[in-house]
Amino acid sequence: MERDMRFRHLLAGVAMSCATLAAFGAKAVEIEYWQYVFDTRVKAMNQLITKFQEANPDIKVKQTTFPYADYQTKVAAAILAGQGPDVVQLFYGWTDNFVAGKMIRPLRAEAFPAADIERDFFPIVSAMKRGNDYYGLPTAVRSLALFYNKKAFKDAGLDPNNPPKTLEELVAAAEKTTKRDGSGNIVSAGLTLDMAGQDHQWWREVLVRQFGGAPYTDNDTKVTYNDEAGLKALTFYTDLQKKHKVGQVGFMDEGQAAFRAGLAAMTIDGTFRLGSFNTIKGFEWGVTELPANAQGVRSNYASYFANAITTKAEGEKLAAAEKFLAYVSSPEAMKIWMDVVGELPARRAAALTPENVSHPIYGPFLKGLEYAHTTQFKDEAAQRQVAMDMVNRVLIGGDEPKASLAKAAEDEQAIIDRAKR
Amino acid sequence: MSVVAQREAAQGGLWSRMSLGQKQVIWAWGFLAVPLIFYVVIRFWPTFQAFYLSVTDWSITRPASFVGLENYKRLFADPLFWQVFRNTFMYLILGTPISLLISFVVAYYLDRVRFMHSFIRALYFLPFLTTAAAMAWVWRWFYQPVPIGVINDILSSFGIPQQPFLRSTVQALPAVLAPAVWAGLGFQIIIFLAGLRAIPVTYYEAARIDGLSEGAILRKITIPLLKPTLVFLVVFSSIGFLRIFDQVYNINTNDPGGPLNSTKPLVLMIYQTAFSSYEMGYAATQTVVLFMILLVISLVQLRLMRDR
Repeated sequence: MERDMRFRHLLAGVAMSCATLAAFGAKAVEIEYWQYVFDTRVKAMNQLITKFQEANPDIKVKQTTFPYADYQTKVAAAILAGQGPDVVQLFYGWTDNFVAGKMIRPLRAEAFPAADIERDFFPIVSAMKRGNDYYGLPTAVRSLALFYNKKAFKDAGLDPNNPPKTLEELVAAAEKTTKRDGSGNIVSAGLTLDMAGQDHQWWREVLVRQFGGAPYTDNDTKVTYNDEAGLKALTFYTDLQKKHKVGQVGFMDEGQAAFRAGLAAMTIDGTFRLGSFNTIKGFEWGVTELPANAQGVRSNYASYFANAITTKAEGEKLAAAEKFLAYVSSPEAMKIWMDVVGELPARRAAALTPENVSHPIYGPFLKGLEYAHTTQFKDEAAQRQVAMDMVNRVLIGGDEPKASLAKAAEDEQAIIDRAKR
Repeated sequence: MSVVAQREAAQGGLWSRMSLGQKQVIWAWGFLAVPLIFYVVIRFWPTFQAFYLSVTDWSITRPASFVGLENYKRLFADPLFWQVFRNTFMYLILGTPISLLISFVVAYYLDRVRFMHSFIRALYFLPFLTTAAAMAWVWRWFYQPVPIGVINDILSSFGIPQQPFLRSTVQALPAVLAPAVWAGLGFQIIIFLAGLRAIPVTYYEAARIDGLSEGAILRKITIPLLKPTLVFLVVFSSIGFLRIFDQVYNINTNDPGGPLNSTKPLVLMIYQTAFSSYEMGYAATQTVVLFMILLVISLVQLRLMRDR
């Protein structure tokens, strides 16, 4: 009898605490935000979440992160299983896959009017548009520039405040800054050659155009670089190692590692590298726009990670997710993102402030954004592999650039065609 | 009497009418059912699932539809598949004999060493405990060109031209294989040692009294009596080399399986097809083919090497 009473008390206690929990739970909506692990990005997002929650005490945002290598797979598997994030970060190049799999939903026009987006953001956000709908918005955008080691320039008798402006000057500066040992081995590169890094973008969207061609037509579904311009671009690139011997694919494993270690005078890399290069202690470095061709034509490659709302978010979670997306793509969020991560704001007004444009580091990247192209990848990893193999066939396989270029164009067209089905 | 009660009585009757032997059989199957169901659900079901997926065009984001043998046709027409197929067999035919030869020689002599025997044995076993990923990253550093690559630094300090190693289509596969062989030695040595210890000492004593040379003892006694050990290790290490993945993937993460696919094994191709290109159906086809290869090779080896 006494035992029975105690049990009832216990039961009542449990019921009470459940009710209290439920009451609290009803007050705050919790939404999940997923992105991949990259130290500064996680730090910036934590700051944004704190600020957002202060302004919206009824919404709680939980951030989940995991390594980039498994990112796309885990996101896809989780959403398709009805789990996972309400707001998700995705590379613009994955949009087709995510839309086809009904993993992300179009932004409601009432909450995010297309006209406003087109007026306020850089035009490259159109890569998130399918039909009349936008499927996500970026916080920041990234472009490429030439990083150079001022100390290496000085040591080689070059003016550290006058980095190369043209491709010709680039090769000349690279030749002067390359150091070799007695047997001719490179011990410090003039220019890093790293197709696995950003060089494939440089080749595709910059060099091919500068030599008079275009990498693709028809919304990037038809490969068009297998021509005179493509051949000149490939020859220019491979000659850096074969003829001028100013760099070597695989030197110091990665281009960015060579530059960080002070063993490369120049490297082409993106805005996202700023956070890492800012910790370099041994030497001073500078940034300049990607070199123009002899006629002064410049080009660049821009890309971004966008934030999208998944199909999992419904009802009050959807409303909270929309609020959160609006905040992370606001000018305030973009400022925080730039300070912490180093990436450029995706809104024109937030990016093109006089202070930013004249900034010695942000300036060249922002200028690059004005004439940048954004490749619509179908399978980014596979398309990058095609470019890497193209260069490897010439550099280690001993193939003629012409044959290697033709094979690359054929392989990449096959990848694009298969994705279309 | 109600219907239920009647049925219960009948069942009770059935059980009580059984012989002790029959009851034992039922109990045995009852207990066996647990691992059996586990095996069917965890092992066989996914395998059959893979067979089914291999005839669909499932791409993770899009629902699967039946495409017949389309994937198999595509696979056998894909030059990359044949390249990868060759690579996989290179790992097998270089890796298995080399690793077995080295580990046998080490075990044979280690068996005679009395001084610090366990310590030396532990040293050999150490690489087996290390994660393949960590190991691959260290070897990747060894293989770098000057000024950071350990091997090339040594070569060039002697005036020998530096070698491209991972940047060469010829050298890359042996360069990737070396750490894999090295890592597996510990395990094989331990097994060989156990096999050697299992041979009765009296055989050797008799042989020595008969005046047999060391070479003859090795050929006529040691190796034939090691056959069960050898069969186990050949099958085990063949399967290991046919499934090689982590060493290859980690030693060249910028260009996995490169350069120019010269080190890409079948498992890496499956991984990339599935988790980079999301062609799950096509990846399942490759998995089925790998499964068949493993099955055939294992059966052939077991048959050839079994005691007749």
